[in-house]
Amino acid sequence: MNVLIFAEQIDGHFKKSTFEAITYGNDIAKTTAGQTIAAVLGKVDNAHLSELANYGADKIIHVNNDKLNAFVPEAYAKVVAEIASKENASVMVISNTYTGKSIAGRVAAKLKAGIASGVISAPDTALGFKVRRGVFSGKAFADVNITSSIKVLAITPNTFDIKQDAKAANITEMTADVSDSDFVTNIIELNRVTGKIPLTEAEVVVSGGRGLKGPENWHLIEDLATALGAATACSKPVSDMHWRPHSEHVGQTGITIKPNLYIAVGISGAIQHLAGVSSSKVIVAINKDPEAPFFKAADYGIVGDAFEVMPKIIEAAKALHH
Amino acid sequence: MKILVCLSNVPDTTSKITFTDNNTKFNTAGVQFIINPYDELALTKALEITEKQGGSVTTITVGLAETEPSIRKGLAIGATDAVRVNAEATDAYFVAEQIAAYAKGEGFDLILTGREGIDYNSGQVAGILGEMLGLPSVNVITSIEIENDVATMERDIDGGREKVSCKLPLVASAQKELTEPRIPNMRGIMAARSKPLKVVEATGSEKNSATVAFDLPPAKSGVKLIAPEDAASLIGILHNDIKII
Ligand SMILES: Cc1cc2nc3c(=O)[nH]c(=O)nc-3n(C[C@H](O)[C@H](O)[C@H](O)COP(=O)(O)OP(=O)(O)OC[C@H]3O[C@@H](n4cnc5c(N)ncnc54)[C@H](O)[C@@H]3O)c2cc1C
Repeated sequence: MNVLIFAEQIDGHFKKSTFEAITYGNDIAKTTAGQTIAAVLGKVDNAHLSELANYGADKIIHVNNDKLNAFVPEAYAKVVAEIASKENASVMVISNTYTGKSIAGRVAAKLKAGIASGVISAPDTALGFKVRRGVFSGKAFADVNITSSIKVLAITPNTFDIKQDAKAANITEMTADVSDSDFVTNIIELNRVTGKIPLTEAEVVVSGGRGLKGPENWHLIEDLATALGAATACSKPVSDMHWRPHSEHVGQTGITIKPNLYIAVGISGAIQHLAGVSSSKVIVAINKDPEAPFFKAADYGIVGDAFEVMPKIIEAAKALHH
Repeated sequence: MKILVCLSNVPDTTSKITFTDNNTKFNTAGVQFIINPYDELALTKALEITEKQGGSVTTITVGLAETEPSIRKGLAIGATDAVRVNAEATDAYFVAEQIAAYAKGEGFDLILTGREGIDYNSGQVAGILGEMLGLPSVNVITSIEIENDVATMERDIDGGREKVSCKLPLVASAQKELTEPRIPNMRGIMAARSKPLKVVEATGSEKNSATVAFDLPPAKSGVKLIAPEDAASLIGILHNDIKII
């Protein structure tokens, strides 16, 4: 079956999660004798477009319409659904990022397609079309069978490996049928923190809790994060007290993350916190209380005072790159 | 201002999640149910808007009779009236379809949902609903101001924040930070008893997905402790032994 991947870009660059999505889609296309097709909306130059061929895109459809340089979900969904129909795609792959989530449902409704989001497995097509997704904010998984002829899958970033499968770059420029009436939402202002890895896409996350006593001590978190090329996160009370921005709050009522490595410093490990981080591949807990629940969910633990152990860890991490 | 708020009934955040019937059903035994925390923010925001500008706030829940305590709580917090679509909320597409069927022709100026349900975490109702009603959908809003018939909202984007404006009517989903949830007071609880709760039957559409089984994450094999005086060795372990950094 033909697989269409929405190749998310920011300012002309693809993200790691986009390549993950291409690989994911390519694996489905290969096992079902279909084509791997990537849809790119907005301005991206040819050098960047052809990167998608390295991971298996047979065809790269580029819609370079000035209007699409701004991400407006209703317009994006319309164009993506139009490409899906034109290309006879049976499966749509979208990254489950904020951008991806904003269009996945709209695309599904347009195509009358069943949708699964937060997908963490390749589809099992032995009997129907079954995928595994995270539910109960990381506390469990559900196997979902999609029965419609077209399926929309919003896949969790940091879950699937990127695999090389170089093909000749086959770029098709397409004009989209969009008019002003497709752009109901106007973007007034856009602020992206540059040079910082979005939390949901970070491979390593260093996170701090109330045990750090106050925002003035956050250099312990930030210094380690910088040395490891990691993103920073925090527990709910930390963001509630405005020690850190809300966007760093992880857990059941914050962001669910799935990095390769999660280092929790001065966080007790309450059930709501663990829900959002327990899918991390390796968890390190640093806490002065040997009874802290986090130690039950961690792979490595240090029972000690963060103010004493963190400087040692930071120093070792800095030395790593010398 | 006529606002519709989608309220979902979910297990409390402290619930231990287990399954029955050969891992095909969520085990509700001993589980306390609450209004989905993000929906609670949506409801509170809707009330703040109508208190300032006048209007009504209707809540809608797709669920069986067991969801009524949460619906009554919504009324106690301050909703004007409530609708329950009498069907099990099995997937986002189905839920959005039911809400769209009700909302069509009701002339809502604003439809608010939560960012996602903390049970099935799909986060798709706002988008599907927007598409079905032919309305824009603005996800994960952290603020909303309405002037005349234009809403100005801030929303989370990957790695940042965006400010958008959009003409009403529209669908938006509530992110943390939108407001602080309200706790019902005694008067609200009394008043809720006599507020209208209308039950409507589901429209007979076919579901396009089904959950066939559940599973729990594998238990961790046990923590390996590093002595605090050897804390620096953590980096060596992560780098050399398990090669994760
Ligand atoms: C509806 C609901 C939703 C929630 N959602 C979330 C959520 O999404 N995310 C979330 O994080 N929480 C959530 N919570 C809150 C959660 O229950 C906990 O209260 C919270 O996670 C605790 O944060 P903490 O571990 O930073 O603080 P605390 O519980 O105060 O723990 C601080 C820890 O730091 C340790 N410590 C203190 N000093 C030091 C030191 N010098 N060195 C090392 N360790 C030290 C202590 O031993 C302790 O374990 C939610 C709660 C509710 C009711």
